[in-house]
Amino acid sequence: MSAINAIEVNHLTKKFGEKVAVNDISFKVRQGEVFGLLGPNGAGKTTTLRMITTLLKADSGQVKIFGHDTAKEGRLARSMFGLTGQYASVDEDLSARQNLMIFSRLNGLSRQEAKDRTAELLTEFSLENSADKPLKAFSGGMRRRLDLAVSLITRPALIFLDEPTTGLDPRTRSQMWDTIRKLVDQGSTIILTTQYLDEADQLADNLAIIDHGHVVKMGTPAELKEQLGGPRVTFTLSQTRQVAAAEQLLATQVAGDVREAGPDLSVSLGQVAQLAPLLATLNDAKIGISHLAVQEPSLDDVFMNLTVGKN
Amino acid sequence: MDIRIHRGNVIQNTATMAYRNLLKTIHNPDQLMDVVIQPVLFMLMFGYLFGGAIAGGVKAYLPTIVPGILIQTMLSAASGSGAQIREDLDSGVFDRFKSLPMARIAPLAGQLFADSLRLLIAAITSLTTGYLMGWRPGVGLGWVVAIGLLAIFMGWVLSWVFALLGLLAKSAAAVQSVSLMTMLVLSFMSNAFVPMHALTKPLRFIAHLNPVTYVITAIRQILATGSWTHEAWVVLIFGVVIVAIFAPLTVWAYDRN
Repeated sequence: MSAINAIEVNHLTKKFGEKVAVNDISFKVRQGEVFGLLGPNGAGKTTTLRMITTLLKADSGQVKIFGHDTAKEGRLARSMFGLTGQYASVDEDLSARQNLMIFSRLNGLSRQEAKDRTAELLTEFSLENSADKPLKAFSGGMRRRLDLAVSLITRPALIFLDEPTTGLDPRTRSQMWDTIRKLVDQGSTIILTTQYLDEADQLADNLAIIDHGHVVKMGTPAELKEQLGGPRVTFTLSQTRQVAAAEQLLATQVAGDVREAGPDLSVSLGQVAQLAPLLATLNDAKIGISHLAVQEPSLDDVFMNLTVGKN
Repeated sequence: MDIRIHRGNVIQNTATMAYRNLLKTIHNPDQLMDVVIQPVLFMLMFGYLFGGAIAGGVKAYLPTIVPGILIQTMLSAASGSGAQIREDLDSGVFDRFKSLPMARIAPLAGQLFADSLRLLIAAITSLTTGYLMGWRPGVGLGWVVAIGLLAIFMGWVLSWVFALLGLLAKSAAAVQSVSLMTMLVLSFMSNAFVPMHALTKPLRFIAHLNPVTYVITAIRQILATGSWTHEAWVVLIFGVVIVAIFAPLTVWAYDRN
């Protein structure tokens, strides 16, 4: 891929009154990758996105889109990306077709091009049958699809998706994921914000975890998970009174600490191979196990670890 | 399909935005209530209520009240622009407009141009109602069209002022109440419904300060003399000056949002 980064964000800061919403955030997004901004509500994800997309003026810091400083070349930068907001930003009073036509024209397409592109997008996003119905009759999923379709009118190389699946039902959500993957296959660079860890895990090549306006961690989903160590095993003891004894026993066998929740004890393993000796030890001590679960670390664990006690 | 981007110019962007606002009106015809029903209602109510008391009869009162209601309707239609702009800004779609590589002024200008349609409807309704009630201006149709256009222009001028108000206000509801009050004060504290000489001294003083008085006077003069009077020129130039002052202010407030 080209040497120019799709996005370079340097020391971006934004204050709302006394509250620092975004505090000195920096990151780079390479062309063709999916970059996820992950964080809880109010972490500063949307504010960051709004600054990058020139909707909001930063107090300090710099944003470059394909090498162009958005503060100096705003209109040029705006012509290079598509934006899908957190709330479907389409015209409620108009039909899907009218929305697509108007936004096509505003994007600089000629009347004929706008017509062709509208027809194309209506098909692509399965909106043909409702193309001329008022948007008020649209479901949440249809609205999002139209919203995304509008963002894609000019086939931008860079697409911003602000919480693309918040509020969607599971089926619509996975449809949206498929659509996003298709865009990636076509070579688009995508920045998405999400508060869903599985979504970031599924889609993102690189992640920045944001909390309280700071980037607390950056890396690939795999790297972030790796930091938590190997898989986690949870034993459910048959007799609750043995919990203390079992806990002591396990603590001598593994490096990490033992987490206790009722009859459940869980420990982190370096490798799955460590499991057999653990089971043997428990067996020797006559500690019965009624249930056993081995879990690969999820981004949820990463997230909880990083933001624990802060919210 | 290959997408070629023509950097749309301001005029084309504005036309598209005006088209969008027209479509919105077509989808929501109830937004036209204030320009269709209000002038009819006011013309009938005020005509039959005050006609006898002020001019000795409805027919004699019509040359006074028709220009009065015409301008009051313009004021009211123009004051709607502010609330609509505020509502638009608060909806997600404006973020999209702002993120597009189009002229930044286009959404605002488009709205104001589309609003001139509302003004046109308002002018036609007002004048037609007057006609049906027996108003027969002694000048040719050309002059009636001329005062209609002057009224529409002045309404358009005012919509820039109300747009600024809408941009500075916190909510659409706030704009609406401030606009309504402004509209009522400006139209009633003038010579719109009661001739100047019938006003008490302090009221006459206020009416003399009120620009609405001059617009109405100019319109009455044109209708009485069948000529473009000195006053009409003053009003027209005043309108141009107001736009020259308020358009940049409104654009500044819009950019700030």
